[in-house]
Amino acid sequence: MNTLIDKGTTESMSLFDVHAIRQHFPILQQTVHGHPLVYLDNAATSQKPLSVIESEVNFYKNSNANVHRGLHLLSDQATQAYEGAREKVRQFINAPSMREIVFVRGSTEAINLVASSFGQLNIQEGDEILISALEHHANIVPWQLLCAQKKAHLRVIPVLDNGELDLAAYNDLINIRTKLIAITHVSNAIGTINPVEKMIEIAHQQGVPVLIDGAQAVPHLKVDVQSLQCDFYVFSAHKMYGPTGVGVLYAKEALLKAMPPYQGGGEMISQVTFERSTYNELPYKFEAGTPNIAGAIGLGAAIDYLNQLDLMQVAAYEQQLLDYATQALSEIDGLRIIGEAAEKVPVISFILDTIHPHDIGTILDHQGIAIRAGHHCAMPLMERFGVAATARASLAFYNTFAEVDSLVLGIREVQRMFA
Amino acid sequence: MSALRELYQQVIIDHGRHPRNHGVLANPTHQKQGHNPLCGDKLELFVCVENDSIKELKFVGNGCAISMASASLMTEHLKDKKISEVLQIFQQFHELMTEDAHDVELLGKLSVLAGVAEFPARVKCATLAWHTLNAALAEDAAPVSTE
Repeated sequence: MNTLIDKGTTESMSLFDVHAIRQHFPILQQTVHGHPLVYLDNAATSQKPLSVIESEVNFYKNSNANVHRGLHLLSDQATQAYEGAREKVRQFINAPSMREIVFVRGSTEAINLVASSFGQLNIQEGDEILISALEHHANIVPWQLLCAQKKAHLRVIPVLDNGELDLAAYNDLINIRTKLIAITHVSNAIGTINPVEKMIEIAHQQGVPVLIDGAQAVPHLKVDVQSLQCDFYVFSAHKMYGPTGVGVLYAKEALLKAMPPYQGGGEMISQVTFERSTYNELPYKFEAGTPNIAGAIGLGAAIDYLNQLDLMQVAAYEQQLLDYATQALSEIDGLRIIGEAAEKVPVISFILDTIHPHDIGTILDHQGIAIRAGHHCAMPLMERFGVAATARASLAFYNTFAEVDSLVLGIREVQRMFA
Repeated sequence: MSALRELYQQVIIDHGRHPRNHGVLANPTHQKQGHNPLCGDKLELFVCVENDSIKELKFVGNGCAISMASASLMTEHLKDKKISEVLQIFQQFHELMTEDAHDVELLGKLSVLAGVAEFPARVKCATLAWHTLNAALAEDAAPVSTE
């Protein structure tokens, strides 16, 4: 272990008090298979601080009622809490208006909403939709479905060997037939941060709208949709310390106004007769049915939690964790990191000798270490790097240098078992 | 022996790393692809059946140690077995993976995979080759998936 920096020294170098932070996350205090839990599967879903858990419990215990329809006190409280969460989301991503914040089930539903509604209106036969080789299946399959339906074509920005997008190819791929660009802000599989601001600027010079999949970005980066100038931005609450089952579609108001509804039902209408219905104003036009009220409130609580942290410090600490983990893992013989972009979030995908990632995952689990092993819902990207699967350690600001050391020891144990 | 060591005992690591009967069979009577979409394990099985017995059995594929070892051990164990016997062995193997009470008298060396039962997430890895064989013998045309 003398190759690793003394962890006491490293942690005291940081102003960030990770041990205090860990106290906010009850789940982290447990043991797994007799070892302290080392949770390194944050890109799959992050853990939740007590304040988020309590916000949902509190809603169900004290304020549960449906929103926007009751005349009674509880309904009014529920509506205020739900709309209060929408305002928190607006501020969180600096959207101009609450009318541009649509609550959905998650990033996947948000992308499907845009593919279905915007796609219905704007995509014709022969048009092209441009995505990237870094996409998660959620930002591939909805566009494939749309293209099949409309006889349009899906084009793909290639990825370079280091895991960055090929921006020269991107420039060449945009043409008169390109009607939408849908790219991820951050790669879930290999951690690359894409230069989306620059990519959006290039797209807009050609008049092409851009959707950004921010699911992996919001837990790590400050997002400002006005400075990005993106047309759509989507993310899920559960990857940013909030609950599962709720997420956000941000879209510019003019786009949402023109787009037809995605689903029909209660909440999204203004008037209904059997001949025709008129639709509710934004954003309710896109929120058919009783929404995930407690989930939205939980998302609001997650935003409150993040707001009371010093996000500059968090980002600096996560960068230190990434650098430390990258260095420590690189020193293991037979380990190859997939994805070495200059700008990354603390997500490290790797392969080890000829040992299958699933075997790595099982053996690490028995040492209390939770990682993801598999294709990360990004099969085309795995194929690009010539692997069927990788092991992926994805870190959050509540992880420690000591946990990275545990991972390294765990991987050495895997190698011993297969020796 | 710890559950983990029992799962990854030497026989399994050896068969995982150097699978027996790995290769393509020129003129199979039955042939089938199997796929575990969860982890990306893939294999293709080639079977030559003569007089209701398995005369030859080979596979190609890649995947985790458990899936490769299980396929390797299966091909070794089933050679020259009657089809009716194969179905009984599969039954016993499946019970070994999923049930507390099981008979093992037909399993022979396959019993080294007993440790998999302690790892529910890995049972699919160990049974992929078997489900693929089952489908091959049933001559079901669609590729088989563990999902």
